[in-house]
Amino acid sequence: MTTSELGLDYADLPRLLTMMTGDEKHDASATSTLDVLWVLYDRVLRVSPATIDDPTRDRFLLSKGHGPMAYYAVLAAKGFFPTEWLPRFGAFDSALGYHPDRVLIPGVEISSGSLGHGLPLGVGMALGLRAQGLTSPRVVVLVGDAELDEGTNHEAIAYAGAVGLGNLTTVVVDNQSATHGWPGGIASRFSVNGWTTATVDGRDHDALEDALLAPVTSADRRQPHVVVAVVEPKFG
Amino acid sequence: MTAPDMRTTFAAVASELLDADRRVAVVLADISTDRFEDAARRHPDRVINVGIREPLMVSVAGGLALTGMRPIAHSYAPFLIERSFEQIKLDLSHQDASAVLVSVGASYDWTEGGRTHQAPGDVALIDTLPGWAIHVPGHADEVAELLRSAVRDSRSAYIRLSTRSNAEARPAATSGALDVVRRGERAVVVAVGPMLDPVLRATADLDVSVAYAATVRPFDLAGLRQLAEVTARGVVDVVLVEPYLAGTSSRLVAEALVDRPHRLLPLGVGRIELRRYGTPEDHDALYGLDPAGLRRSIVDFLDGSSVQVA
Repeated sequence: MTTSELGLDYADLPRLLTMMTGDEKHDASATSTLDVLWVLYDRVLRVSPATIDDPTRDRFLLSKGHGPMAYYAVLAAKGFFPTEWLPRFGAFDSALGYHPDRVLIPGVEISSGSLGHGLPLGVGMALGLRAQGLTSPRVVVLVGDAELDEGTNHEAIAYAGAVGLGNLTTVVVDNQSATHGWPGGIASRFSVNGWTTATVDGRDHDALEDALLAPVTSADRRQPHVVVAVVEPKFG
Repeated sequence: MTAPDMRTTFAAVASELLDADRRVAVVLADISTDRFEDAARRHPDRVINVGIREPLMVSVAGGLALTGMRPIAHSYAPFLIERSFEQIKLDLSHQDASAVLVSVGASYDWTEGGRTHQAPGDVALIDTLPGWAIHVPGHADEVAELLRSAVRDSRSAYIRLSTRSNAEARPAATSGALDVVRRGERAVVVAVGPMLDPVLRATADLDVSVAYAATVRPFDLAGLRQLAEVTARGVVDVVLVEPYLAGTSSRLVAEALVDRPHRLLPLGVGRIELRRYGTPEDHDALYGLDPAGLRRSIVDFLDGSSVQVA
């Protein structure tokens, strides 16, 4: 949970998005992750601009690295970097590329853009935290439903479930854009591997908060957790 | 008494490193797990077997590194390097995270296994990434120092183990410098890893310098330039003998001798799909990497004249 020194709130996000796109209108498909990201940084994640190098911070990994404007808007609103960076989105010497780079942007844990890498990286992080006795921080990975097409996700899902990686949470933002869909539903791909699951409305901030905090509030966490956040279909 | 082979030495030293340094982790994908059973009992959180999931193995190494650990990931060369190359590129290099990758299998250690278990292109692939160290030991007794210094270091390293071996270790080469084994006038022959003994046999009666490299990245450019000076010829003749794809390090020879007229004969594994089994020695002969084949190539290159030792 962070309190932005800038005093920026959810209502300011459209303005911050416009600074990047130059476009007044932001359709939902371009911001499918916006509400999930806001709830994470505003109510769930124990990380702030002051703690980006703290070993006990929660780690948020944006695996769905394309269309990162919502992510940048939320990070800027929370003070991880100056809002003045936003209009330079995609410029030659900008820190803000069309896919995020952890080396350039404070608060970004992984560089992403090629789908299917964030969850396997998150598994490694969760193992590393556990190996060092850092039991409180969580690793939260955001993936898209189409991103789940990539097989590398499923290596991570199977292994994390098999070893009971309880400090790992995945959020799947589901805008029904996977070409061949997910027969049996997305949650079942996780639950069959021993994950606990929750499926919620991806625009309902309270429901998101409850689902994302559930692993923290339950004692003796021994299973990884997935929250499937359902939003409007990308293609109508 | 047979000395331990490279893989056994690797497992023993890696286990010692696990005991000595809490940052060290070993990540496996069902290969060599028996050699880490004791270490896994002592350090259950730091010996990680992900199952037959090599891309995950490399990504896990990246994630471990991002939490401040020093991971060693290990499998058969084609699966560690080729199958998981995007993970090496993006989950290590692009994250600015580093790991030590250790392979077995090399170019054709297991000839009966065929192409799927052979990786003559592994070094060339890692060579496309900036800042990686690449070590190619020629003897099991070189492995300990190479592994320890790679783990102590902060950058990424690839250590390519093999069942092929020279008769003796050359400890001086584990510093990364070219180790001059013989001095001659006519040419400079650089032998990498297990190629040293075949090269020494091939050139026994030739007036050439032979230098041994157990580290090919960074390549000892200064050492090569020094050797080139010593030959005191208008045009320096260089022969490069590598146990992986021929020509993999040609660009480094060109870089070292950019201002010096030179000729280069790059020898190594050919770019052909052989579809043959048998023994590694059979394949050496097919690629001209046995002593007789090496000698033929080198003598032809040197024009067959003025090559005998006086």
